[in-house]
Amino acid sequence: MSPERTETVQDTTVVHERRTPAPPPVTLIGMPKFPKNAKKELANSQLRTNLRHATTTIRNKRVKVVQELPHWEDLRLAGEAIKNRTLRHLDTYLLQLEASLTANGAIVHWANDAAEANQIVIDITRSKGADEVVKVKSMATQEIDLNEALEEAGIAAWETDLAELIVQLGHDRPSHILVPAIHRNRSEVREIFLEEMGRYGTPPPEGLTDDPAMLAGAARVHLRNKFLRAKVAVSGANFAIADSGTLVVVESEGNGRMCLTLPDTLISIVGIEKTLPTFADLEVFMQLLPRSSTAERMNPYTSMWSGVREGDGPQEVHVVLVDNGRTKVLADQVGRQALRCIRCSACLNICPVYERVGGHAYGSVYPGPIGAILTPQLRGTASEIDQSLPYASSLCGACFEVCPVRINIPEVLVHLRNRVVEEHHGPSAWGMGMKVGGWVMGKGNRFGMLEKGAELFGAVWPGDKVGPIPGPASAWLGARDLKKPPTETFRDWWVKREKAKRSGDSGQKDA
Amino acid sequence: MSVPTGTVALFATCINDMLFPDTPKAVLRLLERLGCTVDFPLQQTCCGQMFTNTGYFTEAMPSVRNFVDTFGAYEWVVGPSGSCIGSVRDQHPMLAKRLGDPGLQREVDAIVAKTLDLSEFLVDVLGVTDVGAYFPHTVTYHSTCHSLRVTKVGDRPYQLLKAVAGLTLIDLPNADQCCGFGGTFSVKNPDTSVAMGTDKMRAVLDTGAEYLVAGDNSCLLHIGGLLSRNKSGVTPIHLAEILARTEDDYLVQADGATTKSGGAR
Repeated sequence: MSPERTETVQDTTVVHERRTPAPPPVTLIGMPKFPKNAKKELANSQLRTNLRHATTTIRNKRVKVVQELPHWEDLRLAGEAIKNRTLRHLDTYLLQLEASLTANGAIVHWANDAAEANQIVIDITRSKGADEVVKVKSMATQEIDLNEALEEAGIAAWETDLAELIVQLGHDRPSHILVPAIHRNRSEVREIFLEEMGRYGTPPPEGLTDDPAMLAGAARVHLRNKFLRAKVAVSGANFAIADSGTLVVVESEGNGRMCLTLPDTLISIVGIEKTLPTFADLEVFMQLLPRSSTAERMNPYTSMWSGVREGDGPQEVHVVLVDNGRTKVLADQVGRQALRCIRCSACLNICPVYERVGGHAYGSVYPGPIGAILTPQLRGTASEIDQSLPYASSLCGACFEVCPVRINIPEVLVHLRNRVVEEHHGPSAWGMGMKVGGWVMGKGNRFGMLEKGAELFGAVWPGDKVGPIPGPASAWLGARDLKKPPTETFRDWWVKREKAKRSGDSGQKDA
Repeated sequence: MSVPTGTVALFATCINDMLFPDTPKAVLRLLERLGCTVDFPLQQTCCGQMFTNTGYFTEAMPSVRNFVDTFGAYEWVVGPSGSCIGSVRDQHPMLAKRLGDPGLQREVDAIVAKTLDLSEFLVDVLGVTDVGAYFPHTVTYHSTCHSLRVTKVGDRPYQLLKAVAGLTLIDLPNADQCCGFGGTFSVKNPDTSVAMGTDKMRAVLDTGAEYLVAGDNSCLLHIGGLLSRNKSGVTPIHLAEILARTEDDYLVQADGATTKSGGAR
């Protein structure tokens, strides 16, 4: 893919050289709905193999480390309760957070939406005379598509998390919250590094193999220069503590620590729901998060900073508090529990749908079960993809079981399905069918009439099963036979039995 | 064992009534054998789950009202389906609350407390695990998600199966993974549903069992459909149909076919 992009402004053609690899564009309008995306992904054997291996490994590990804590269920309840309290009084805690951060020497910004948040980062970066930033892995910046906004402003955003680097260099989008390059295997990573690394900085060493240690070494060398020369770093935050004015980043590789300590200016993009009331609340989440996400007892790097310390670390600390649809979610009494999410991705790893289709099918920064309930709430349900996301689940409920903050994902999925139905009243085959079906099921005699039809079908259909038939029925019959309806329903059999009983016959012989 | 004095209402569920009549027949036979008085109120229809879970709450309401009207007077309501019983217990209160009808809410709450899956009724109310069944076959048990996570039947089906004379139970690998049925999910997302079902089918075939047993015919309709299409030779069967069979059945039908249910689900 060419690193150059041509923009036409009025009559003059301006060649604006891209600074970073171009990812595939995100356009909600016209994005196929989930079932169509899923069909494509399901045919990708490499993806299926990678996902099966990765999710099976991590969820088995999770079970082990969770079982080590006898009070795990209490921790989940505590996590749920703390988050509920925070969300109930979010206005109060946010103002307290702002005051504490300000008192610690940080500069607090408020952003209503992605565009505002991105502009704040652009303005700060430009004011420092910088044309690049180094980035800590952050879902919030993915959500607001910060990298592309910076690119348009002529600022290069360098991802420094290994998997995010693989995704960025691969002109790709993340497909997992925690393991963004879960869809890639090591030979693909090697190819990406060989093809792209040299164009955007230090090239990989001669004779690069697909040995994981060698690949990680190549990334380390590639990133070193970027860490050392960057004037501005951008991060997210796992937690923002209101009483102490502390931001917390939890990571595994140490790249985050480099970004958080080396550059002079640090800008943190924080969703408003990341707030925790007190420093003591952190103890609950520092037990819940690592075990649920990486299946580790403790993650390797936990960085906390409370504003500015003279001569130590960044000398200018900005915090951008982002709404971007969150207050809308908060207004929904059932849906608001999605805001408890701490982005651990345990629900992705346990989800049988995610395991088979991967993250890209969801057309959303947040894939898997949490994405299916969070994205349609944040973005709304105007697009086809967002209308289809609440249906991208078999409602098996495994996600609810593993969620460290007890988000009842199946409950919210069903709630959002109802919202989709209520919002989109246009006539449809589904709507008609459900209406008739609802009426039929209102009375036993109506259902009995429907059953007569089934009995008739059973009587005339040749053979003992219904095999493949083209047309709409192929949704079921394409791969699955259907049992032929029997010629006598239980209802009819029961009526006969009761009649026989009353007329003195024992009526037991068929029972 | 303690047999209730009142009448037990059999909630057959719409899918069993229409497509799998052998299952409610088996429940009836089993419960009567254990000394219960069983009634099948003819007004019954459906739990409404297919409407609720597809987002059609308004369309589910007639089913909810009909359920309380039909079963309100009985001492116990027993159904052979973890999923439909789960829907009554988990979703009917939510639907009644949404409708803002406190009267219906009270009726629903009262009925929820006495609505049980067959395995719960046998183990918890009747207090039996050995129901005197005989089934000389190798089976593997699919736990079904709603039995496991909504109705929470726990290990009751295992207790019941282990007490069946002649039966060999083989553990199903990845037993807690969804088979991919998911109600209307199976036709709204057919490709993903089939992908999940294929993996479940592979797990079933790996056990070498003759029968795939579950407490929900809806999941068996899906996995059974795949097993049938692939000529696997594995027969899906509802737990109730195993528990209803006794040694006498086999004596009577010694040289005929010993299984009534079979074929595609």
